[in-house]
Amino acid sequence: MELKATNISFKYPSAKKYLLKDINLELDNKKIIGLIGDSGSGKSTLCKILSGYVTKYEGSVTFDGQPLPKKGFKPVQLIYQHPEKVMNPKWKMKQVLEESWDVTDDALAEFGIQKSWLTRFPQELSGGELQRFSVLRSLNPNTKFLIADEMTTMLDAITQAQILDSVLKIVKKRKMGFLLVSHDMPLVETICDEKIYLKDINGV
Amino acid sequence: MEKLLDVENVSISFIQYTKGLNQRDLKVISDLTLDISEGEILAVLGSSGSGKSLLAHAIFGILPENANLNGNIKYKGKILSQEDKEELRGKDIVLVPQSVNFLDPLMKISDQAIGHVESDEEKKAKKQKQREIFEHYNLGPEVDDMYPFQLSGGMARRVLVSTALLSNPKLVVADEPTPGLDEKTVQETLNHFKHMKEDGIGVLLITHDIHAALEVADRIGIFYSGYVIEIALKDDFTGEGENLLHPYTKALFKALPANGFEIIKGHQPLHGEIPKGCPYYDRCEMRFDRCKEERPELLDLGKKKVRCFKYEEGVQDGT
Repeated sequence: MELKATNISFKYPSAKKYLLKDINLELDNKKIIGLIGDSGSGKSTLCKILSGYVTKYEGSVTFDGQPLPKKGFKPVQLIYQHPEKVMNPKWKMKQVLEESWDVTDDALAEFGIQKSWLTRFPQELSGGELQRFSVLRSLNPNTKFLIADEMTTMLDAITQAQILDSVLKIVKKRKMGFLLVSHDMPLVETICDEKIYLKDINGV
Repeated sequence: MEKLLDVENVSISFIQYTKGLNQRDLKVISDLTLDISEGEILAVLGSSGSGKSLLAHAIFGILPENANLNGNIKYKGKILSQEDKEELRGKDIVLVPQSVNFLDPLMKISDQAIGHVESDEEKKAKKQKQREIFEHYNLGPEVDDMYPFQLSGGMARRVLVSTALLSNPKLVVADEPTPGLDEKTVQETLNHFKHMKEDGIGVLLITHDIHAALEVADRIGIFYSGYVIEIALKDDFTGEGENLLHPYTKALFKALPANGFEIIKGHQPLHGEIPKGCPYYDRCEMRFDRCKEERPELLDLGKKKVRCFKYEEGVQDGT
């Protein structure tokens, strides 16, 4: 399995300068890679391109040799830093989860989600609890590659360790690919097999 | 060192409508106790969404109308009324807010830093002072005429910090000053607080970022499910965490990637889920029978404080 970015360049329509220039990246499910860069350096934009959220860019992204699908379920899923921003505030948590897949009880237990939370609205849960939902939602059986963009930055150390432990178990079990974007060096050192600095691969 | 701020048994609850005209009282902060002296940085560490920002709002008297505030907030030993808070805020006690979203987007930076003035002379004097402080924080004259959207993350942070220092405050309350900034800017922001401390200012740093707290704070208050469960010295966060007292603080320390990435089960009880006894009962390894029924008070151990029955007989060395 391979997520491959070839000659990716990106600039905002109003900007003169490129944010990302000629980026080449090959990711697979054999190694866990950590992507490191300063804020504003284009990490998040690169993540959005790799997962198919941003489509206006130069170059190509392929997954197993195919371009990312424009419709239907995306095999590359992206998890953001702020779970409250990616959930419909008028849906209860059960609906938020089922938007993606019929989550099993085992999976709920693995992520430490209490059954009673399913009937709550997003604003009735804390950031750590919401992020558990956000991550579990992304783990649809059709997900092949997971990109975690500062996924645990807003969480306390215990919740961070819990969520990453659960994710890594599933990633290994399902032989998924995993890219961790973070500025927390000890975290990257602990989890990742290899580090990539964005400034080293960005040709701006 | 004179004591500046005492927060004693503060609780904050909100009246919420559930269905129709039914109301419920939602307790977000149950018992918050802490104190700050001159030239001291105290960090309050809690997870995001835990309600710790409300502490800042309570100190400045800017809680929303449906909030109920109980307990005492004292400044230099005097209990603050709403009027006192309105008098002191922006003068002795100032806020460094979370982001530039707290600035007026349609007002030039210099004008809002100076604020309301009565006369031209006052404006001139304040403008001069503003320029001096901005200069000190490496903000050139061109910044004065900018609008908030023109500032970069680091500049915005410097504007917020220097604006707060315009009134020669005694106490600075910083609410989540570090998220969304790169390492260099975080470092720079934290250095600002260190300088304030050197100038004898007391700093209350409200944060979820344990690295930031450990970097600058003298003492760290741990906030758990609406309670302050421990106030520890910064130096206690070393080694295996053996000098930390509360089992949650120990677990938190050991869960850091650099300290073993150890996992404990469970989650912080949410509002409405908090058990009758100790809020940490469900996850605690060293709980007693009484912890289930009885809620421990915050034990005062001098500079340190802990909310746990285990330490009622005092703290033995090495425990």
